[in-house]
Amino acid sequence: MTYAIECRQLTKTWPGKPPVEAVRGIDLKVEQGTCFGVLGPNGAGKTTTIEICEGLLKATSGDAYVLGKNWATQGDLIRQEIGISLQETRLSEKLTVLETLTLFRSFYRSGMEPSEAIAKVSLQEKANARIKALSGGQRQRVAVATALVGNPKLLFLDEPTTGLDPQSRRDLWRIITEFREGGGTVLLTTHYMDEAERLCDRVAIFDRGKILAIDAPQKLIANLGAQHVVVFTVNGDSASSLAEDFGADLPGVISARVESEHRCLSVREPHIAIPALLALINERGLQLTSLTTRQATLEDVFVHFAGHRLNDDETGAVR
Amino acid sequence: MSSSWKMHPVNQLFLARFREFIREPEAVFWSYVFPLVMMVALGLAFRSEPMEAISIVVQDGPGSEALKATLRESRMLIVSTGTEAECRQQLRAGQSELIVVVESLDGVSGYRFVFDPTRPGSVYARDAVNDVLQRAAGRQDPVATTDLAVTEPGSRYIDFLVPGLIGMGLMAGGIWGVGFAIVDMRIRQVLKRFLGTPMKKSHFVAAIMFSRMVFMIPEIIIVLVVSRFAFGVVNHGSYLSVILLVALGAFEFAGIGLLIASRAKTLETVSGLMNLSMVPMWIGSGIFFSAKRFPAFAQPMIELLPLTPVIDALRHVMQEGASVVQILPELGLITIWGVVTFIVAIRVFRWE
Ligand SMILES: Nc1ncnc2c1ncn2[C@@H]1O[C@H](COP(=O)(O)OP(=O)(O)OP(=O)(O)O)[C@@H](O)[C@H]1O
Ligand SMILES: [Mg+2]
Repeated sequence: MTYAIECRQLTKTWPGKPPVEAVRGIDLKVEQGTCFGVLGPNGAGKTTTIEICEGLLKATSGDAYVLGKNWATQGDLIRQEIGISLQETRLSEKLTVLETLTLFRSFYRSGMEPSEAIAKVSLQEKANARIKALSGGQRQRVAVATALVGNPKLLFLDEPTTGLDPQSRRDLWRIITEFREGGGTVLLTTHYMDEAERLCDRVAIFDRGKILAIDAPQKLIANLGAQHVVVFTVNGDSASSLAEDFGADLPGVISARVESEHRCLSVREPHIAIPALLALINERGLQLTSLTTRQATLEDVFVHFAGHRLNDDETGAVR
Repeated sequence: MSSSWKMHPVNQLFLARFREFIREPEAVFWSYVFPLVMMVALGLAFRSEPMEAISIVVQDGPGSEALKATLRESRMLIVSTGTEAECRQQLRAGQSELIVVVESLDGVSGYRFVFDPTRPGSVYARDAVNDVLQRAAGRQDPVATTDLAVTEPGSRYIDFLVPGLIGMGLMAGGIWGVGFAIVDMRIRQVLKRFLGTPMKKSHFVAAIMFSRMVFMIPEIIIVLVVSRFAFGVVNHGSYLSVILLVALGAFEFAGIGLLIASRAKTLETVSGLMNLSMVPMWIGSGIFFSAKRFPAFAQPMIELLPLTPVIDALRHVMQEGASVVQILPELGLITIWGVVTFIVAIRVFRWE
């Protein structure tokens, strides 16, 4: 079976002084019919990688195959079969939603009726409104509709939900889910871990042009070794009174960190760690003001890798 | 017509451009009204009227009263007097075209004319005053002449101006219209978004070109109609030639606009490039006055400017009734400019 996307040792260096190594050897395989998520901090190289796959940028070295085809020789064929939504596009404000989709539809040999694409993103009542009169979320939905109107096999969405309200995000999730139910493949980037966990079969965590981890979200969480997170606060706590890694040495605890006013422990065995924590707090003469536990999420994986990065000596792209 | 034409990318891209254009009323207003305002203002300022009376000044001194009396006999002359300094001042300020001084050389009295030979009005005044003085002194003209006054339509300034303004509209509309639209699309990442679709680049370019030609139609009609009814400007040639020239000119300047905008990333850059490219044509291509006034060494360069053949050919057609065959050299040059700029623009075009 051919992969929807296959990248081999992809690199991209932006010329300049000093040059920016935005992508430094990415290997990626996305199976057809799956949703693949690209995560990573700002400047990690997500957009650069996705735009190489979209044929908008030329890689400095390495290969990118899309739907088994090569950009160099079969670009026109690939473009008929993909739909893209860029991180930032401002469609013409003076055109209506229907006019915009009719324009995009005209570029494709086959596809759906423009009105059908509008219905897919639930903008029927705005079909004849100018783009100018739409809210940010509605514009984002139009952008996704322009990606859908050519009936693509593969959808690229670069931060499709950034800046949307929770309801609009769920609307977009529904659109993506429906597209997948029709057999489509999706590659998306996002900064929302809950979104990636919910939508993606597999995710890759990018940092400084490299992939730190790539797997199913549940596997990544399991691989953390700490399936649980203990969140607590103590009274009289301030950044100076207790060490950042307060509790990190306790049995059953993998790591500790501070998140705004809470302290978090990544824990393998809560039934061992929690009594030990209570004892430590007692011993220090502190008072526990709250304590909850939750399942570890992709966010914990992300923070885990982001934390490692700080301790990592490896120098990356100059930014 | 079949829906296949309706859904053709060129048609859809053209419609998008057309809608963007007409939905910006200010832009429409200015692109159509500006040439009109120019025409009316300049047409009124330089309307052809019988030569006005000439102002001259007589320098105070012995004999100046008699001289003044002689000159005042002529209805063409408005005569004032003043000291030498006052006379010079009037000449400098353009209040008088000529200073007349009584002088006597070897006991014979005569007159001295003081004027600036580079001022056409002064040269004319000198001859007119000389004529009056010689006749008053008893000169007999050896040959009899009579004057028959005619004002030929087609030879007035407004007849000269209208083809210039049509050319100016073609240039400004093409360069500004295409240049800004392209850079705006680049900034909004729309070009990049298009690059991610199967859209053919040639279709995009064809739509730009076609829309430019269509936008020009109302402008040309407005200018031709208003100049006809307000100033009696008539087209002595065929309208077919005018249409051909306007269409080719729109194509040519769409190509130049595309080339100028082909790599620019900001509106500032493209504005600078557009102004830079238009200034030589504003000055050199003879919109407001004949380009033949420039020195001979500049003529070959002026003739090669993209706007020059458009305006020259329009004048040949409209003022002199030239046929298509007679303007073939200009049509050729316009076509070369258009084709070459389009080819280069597509080669170097930056989509992202
Ligand atoms: N056109 C460009 N010229 C030079 N450098 C660039 C260009 N585009 C991106 N970069 C650099 O490449 C690196 C990766 O950028 P990229 O846009 O891929 O990041 P990203 O992961 O998408 O980030 P974000 O989450 O902020 O969107 C950054 O350091 C950026 O500064
Ligand atoms: Mg990005």
